[in-house]
Amino acid sequence: MSEPKYKFLSTPRRPVEDRRFVAGRGKYVADLERPDMLHVAPLASHHAAAVINSIDGSKALAMPGVIDVITGDELAGAVQPLMNGLNTPNVRRFPLAVGRVRYAGEWVCAVVAESRAIAEDALENIIVDATPQPFVLDAEQALLDSSTPVHPEHGSNLLLDRKFVWGPVDEDFAAAAHSLSFSVTWGRNSTVPIETFGVIAEWNGWDQMLDIWASIQMPKYADQIARSLGLPGNAIRVHYDVDVGGSYGVKRGIKHSVLVGYVARKLGRAVRLIEDRLENMRAGDAHGPERKFDVAVAFDDDGTVRAMKMRALDNAGAYAGRAPFQLGKPISAIVGPYKINSVAYHALSVTTNKTVQEAVRGFGQAPTNYAIETAMDRVAEYLGMDRLALRQHNLIRADQFPYLIPSGSHYDSGDYHAVIDKVLAAADYPAMLAERDRLRADGMMAGIGIAACLEPSGGNSSFEPLLNESNKTSTWMESCQVNVDALGCVTARIHTTSSGQGHETLVSTILGEVLQINPELIRITRPNSLESLPGNSPVGSRMAIMLGGAAARAGEKLKAKIMAIAAHHLAVDVDQLRYESGDVIAPDGRSLVWDDMIELAHRQYHSLPDGMDPGLASFDIMQVPTGEALPADGKVQMYPCYAFEFHLVLVSFDPIIGRPDIHSYFIGHDCGTVINPAIVSGMTYGGIAHGIGAALFEEFAYDANGQLLTQSFLDYLMPSSHEVPAINIVKHCTPSPHTVFGQKGSGESGYLGSPAAVSGAINDAVAGLGIHFEKLPIRMSAISDAIAAKSS
Amino acid sequence: MKPVRFDYKRPATIDEACGLLVSDDNARILAGGQSLIPMLSMRLSRPSLLVDIAHIPELTSLVETETHIEIGAMVRQANARASAMVKVHLPLLFKALAFVGHPPTRARGTIGGSIAHADPSAEIALVAATLGAEIVYRVGGADEIFDASSFFIGPMLTLAPPAGCLTKLCFTKAPAICGTGFHEVAPRKSDYALASAAAQINAEVGLGVTGIYLGVGSVGDFPEPLDVDGLIGTSLDDAVIGDVVHAAMEAVETVEDLHASAAYRKRVATELAIRALRDARDEISKDLNQ
Amino acid sequence: MNDVTLSINGKAVSAATEPRVTLLDYLRDVAGLKGTHAGCEHGVCGACTVLVDGDPVRSCLMLAVQAEGVDITTIEGIGGLGARAGELGIIQDAFCEAHGLQCGYCTPGMILAAEALLSVNAAPSEHDVREAISGNICRCTGYVQIVEAIMLAAKRLRQRNDTSAPDLTPA
Repeated sequence: MSEPKYKFLSTPRRPVEDRRFVAGRGKYVADLERPDMLHVAPLASHHAAAVINSIDGSKALAMPGVIDVITGDELAGAVQPLMNGLNTPNVRRFPLAVGRVRYAGEWVCAVVAESRAIAEDALENIIVDATPQPFVLDAEQALLDSSTPVHPEHGSNLLLDRKFVWGPVDEDFAAAAHSLSFSVTWGRNSTVPIETFGVIAEWNGWDQMLDIWASIQMPKYADQIARSLGLPGNAIRVHYDVDVGGSYGVKRGIKHSVLVGYVARKLGRAVRLIEDRLENMRAGDAHGPERKFDVAVAFDDDGTVRAMKMRALDNAGAYAGRAPFQLGKPISAIVGPYKINSVAYHALSVTTNKTVQEAVRGFGQAPTNYAIETAMDRVAEYLGMDRLALRQHNLIRADQFPYLIPSGSHYDSGDYHAVIDKVLAAADYPAMLAERDRLRADGMMAGIGIAACLEPSGGNSSFEPLLNESNKTSTWMESCQVNVDALGCVTARIHTTSSGQGHETLVSTILGEVLQINPELIRITRPNSLESLPGNSPVGSRMAIMLGGAAARAGEKLKAKIMAIAAHHLAVDVDQLRYESGDVIAPDGRSLVWDDMIELAHRQYHSLPDGMDPGLASFDIMQVPTGEALPADGKVQMYPCYAFEFHLVLVSFDPIIGRPDIHSYFIGHDCGTVINPAIVSGMTYGGIAHGIGAALFEEFAYDANGQLLTQSFLDYLMPSSHEVPAINIVKHCTPSPHTVFGQKGSGESGYLGSPAAVSGAINDAVAGLGIHFEKLPIRMSAISDAIAAKSS
Repeated sequence: MKPVRFDYKRPATIDEACGLLVSDDNARILAGGQSLIPMLSMRLSRPSLLVDIAHIPELTSLVETETHIEIGAMVRQANARASAMVKVHLPLLFKALAFVGHPPTRARGTIGGSIAHADPSAEIALVAATLGAEIVYRVGGADEIFDASSFFIGPMLTLAPPAGCLTKLCFTKAPAICGTGFHEVAPRKSDYALASAAAQINAEVGLGVTGIYLGVGSVGDFPEPLDVDGLIGTSLDDAVIGDVVHAAMEAVETVEDLHASAAYRKRVATELAIRALRDARDEISKDLNQ
Repeated sequence: MNDVTLSINGKAVSAATEPRVTLLDYLRDVAGLKGTHAGCEHGVCGACTVLVDGDPVRSCLMLAVQAEGVDITTIEGIGGLGARAGELGIIQDAFCEAHGLQCGYCTPGMILAAEALLSVNAAPSEHDVREAISGNICRCTGYVQIVEAIMLAAKRLRQRNDTSAPDLTPA
């Protein structure tokens, strides 16, 4: 029997964070008390669009306990507009509406009071005189010249209009035997964490320091706030030791933070804004993509898909932010796991009078995967070919890696066919087909959904320079710091908040593996932003690769120092030494144990090699692997690693009731080397649940007046324990050549393919009726109505 | 999301509660609070006084008389569901209670609160309306009794007298031979239903079917009992049930929202009503054929 | 303002409180017990679940004044207290074992819902478990490992009550 490859990695180990959470001892932002803290409540716009004529806060200000009423005009005179990813300088955004409101729910002004309840009382006494304006909600409408610009200064609603052609698209279409086209729409949904966004800011005039505690998952958060507030970067101290109650992309909160930062500085007090659920839903600016795809594919009789044309139109909501970049990230896997030779991609983003779009799990990849997988199903249907066989025919083969896709990224590694074979075996696919047929014979509608897709991981921001040529960012680093104290105990520092990803477990496991010491003995701390090395936070499915990579490299540096000290002390060449569980052993059997090394490093400077610094500490600032170059010719190597997932799901429903019941759910998952199995499985299960929500239940829906219909959890429906089935994960491991242990990302797993799979299953169930559901979510009412329309 | 300021009183008797309601036009009764408190928190409900009736002993009693089961307004839904009396004598209510909210809301939510709140999709109100339960209010020192089949007049709207306090709900006990069926459909198991149906068939040995009750909920502005007396004396086979239910549903007005079209509600309510009746029939078929 | 005295985790807490204050806000702001989390404040998500006389209840759907005279258990009342802080209860331990959580925000409510279930049902089916937590929304886990954790806890609790089995009670 061979030795296990790793001592701690990939072994079942309890995540270290769990202890405090099961005891209710997590430290979330709303749990923090500061002396004399004030509370902010924003006033929500009733109008989808209106010019603000006046705001009279005098009556509110006269109420006991009310400290201040802040308006957009005041703020605009004091802070810089929030960062905008594109070159659209006239799409300016402040935390509060300035001059006009652009969506229902937008913050018109804010009350600062001694308690949240008093602040809400005061909101009812603010008199806003506003004149309603024309508005636009639909993205195609917003594209028309005749549409009302959400930002009149900008002149139109167009934020982004980029056409890419990668490879001989026209030639491939001309040469292919067949082509077809279709449209699908990904409904506006989001991850909707159970913790809303919250932030506390506290200004200390004597130190000239703004302390911030926030439930953030945001790259360059401190920088953005400092810029907007006009403060030096080192006058903002963001505390990373705040637990974040879920994010999956959306916990950005820049507008909230700039607002309370401004108020804290103005009043010299601690100020907090914890969104309530209504604020979170309508104006947290955390809605995900709402995207319409027009897709055409060219293919041959044998099912070979040669080329694809995709137009993706995103409804960004009322302001720009980073939302348009969610059309850029999918370029990194624009052909999915398939050998599609050429692609034309037209990315469009428009403003509308809806809530602002923010980053959501996958940063636009899940909608694009849904469109690609729908294309695969449609081609199979057109050719009368088995959907599975069609995919297997088009998948990139294991011997083709690294595989260069038309848009410029190399896929690092994979064995897609092997994963699929494993899933088919685990699911007993013939039995699943038989079960589908049995359900159909019983009068049910039943279908099998299939989805194969990729999780680009290791996040950099190459989509920024790709979509905005004035942006020259290629750096996208992550850092880790390790110290061994004078008693020999190891402490590592990570420079970010976490929202459930288990980063403490990640780093302690990896350091334990590198240093061969029990990870449970390694303590992880989170310093504030001023004490931190540079990083980019847990986005883009990057932390196993980047934080894990930085931790491993810092650990290796530490180990190298230990070896150098030992070599000097034992007078042996370093190459001849062996490192074993913290001890260093010479070929002749002499050894130094861990405590000896600590003694030497911490107390016996005279015994260290000449010129070596005392102590045992190291750090590493790591750049994203493969992220070396700026885009050229509309192509770029985007993320370094590509995890693969394959979904197989059996769904049935009563033709009259239309309520989909998921009978069995299998996912094959290959994210390379797994650091902690329970964490990876958990994220995959959670991603699938989130995708089931996107496919069947969740939507930020607006009425014709621009009012959000799903502002509460009574109408925005998230899957409960009854709607998420038992899920079977079939594991496979193809290590990445680009990472320290071969790991790839897994933070978006499950979500990237489950909406496509569930949609595919429902469409399979109704295929015999000639029905295609072309919009997510697919509500039970729509299913029943469509079937009724066919049968009448 | 904090409520407006209000006063709070905790009367010890029904009459004291009624007195408080008379003293303040903007007073509201607080029962289990599972529907009222979210409305308070969203400031959709803005009372000046809340009258907490949880501490009035007679409102929490479950009483069996010779002919009726009387459920005090403050009986918690979970307790009603756990009651052997309800299980044996009110089998339709027993079935329906499993669909009300989920365990934490049933632990606090009350039978009377659900009736008074009058949500069009409420299961307890549907059963009460279907079976024509008596709804008893205390007002001005006297009891006023309403027939549940006509008590609900719109979404969150009832015939409840101003300044009245709902004290109990009286159901006629089911006969020894009684079949019931309850179905509802919601996007998620515990959501407000998009359509629901309740059915009960009473029978006696020798006489056969003596009464058939059917109601649909969630489809319109209030739970609606349907007249299916035409089924009495028929074979109750699937075809007959289907015809009668389709006819009875014709006049039912259904509403449309984000989650379901009006056509969906009508189609599904019809189907659920048929299924509920079939369930009820199947439960007693053995007894009747003996 | 009313004087509101509540029995929380076996201790009496008293404070002048506006009637409009929910039990959730009282627990967090008055009693300083931050383990009960606000998720939606309108009774849907279950993050604020506590036990009231042993039953799972949403603390955002109760006013603090309504809670006089009942026994309230929050997550802080589960597991080791005082000098035994750091000792997990069996359900808490099972959540760690199965990693039945990620961000931890819904976790206290989940654990209390599980406590309520297992106090009345020693051998729940998977369906029973799903029903018991159906009013507690989790956005991280897809519930799979939560269900595993509760099933595991049930098994261990049964073993604890079986005198022939090894005693897993913390010393």
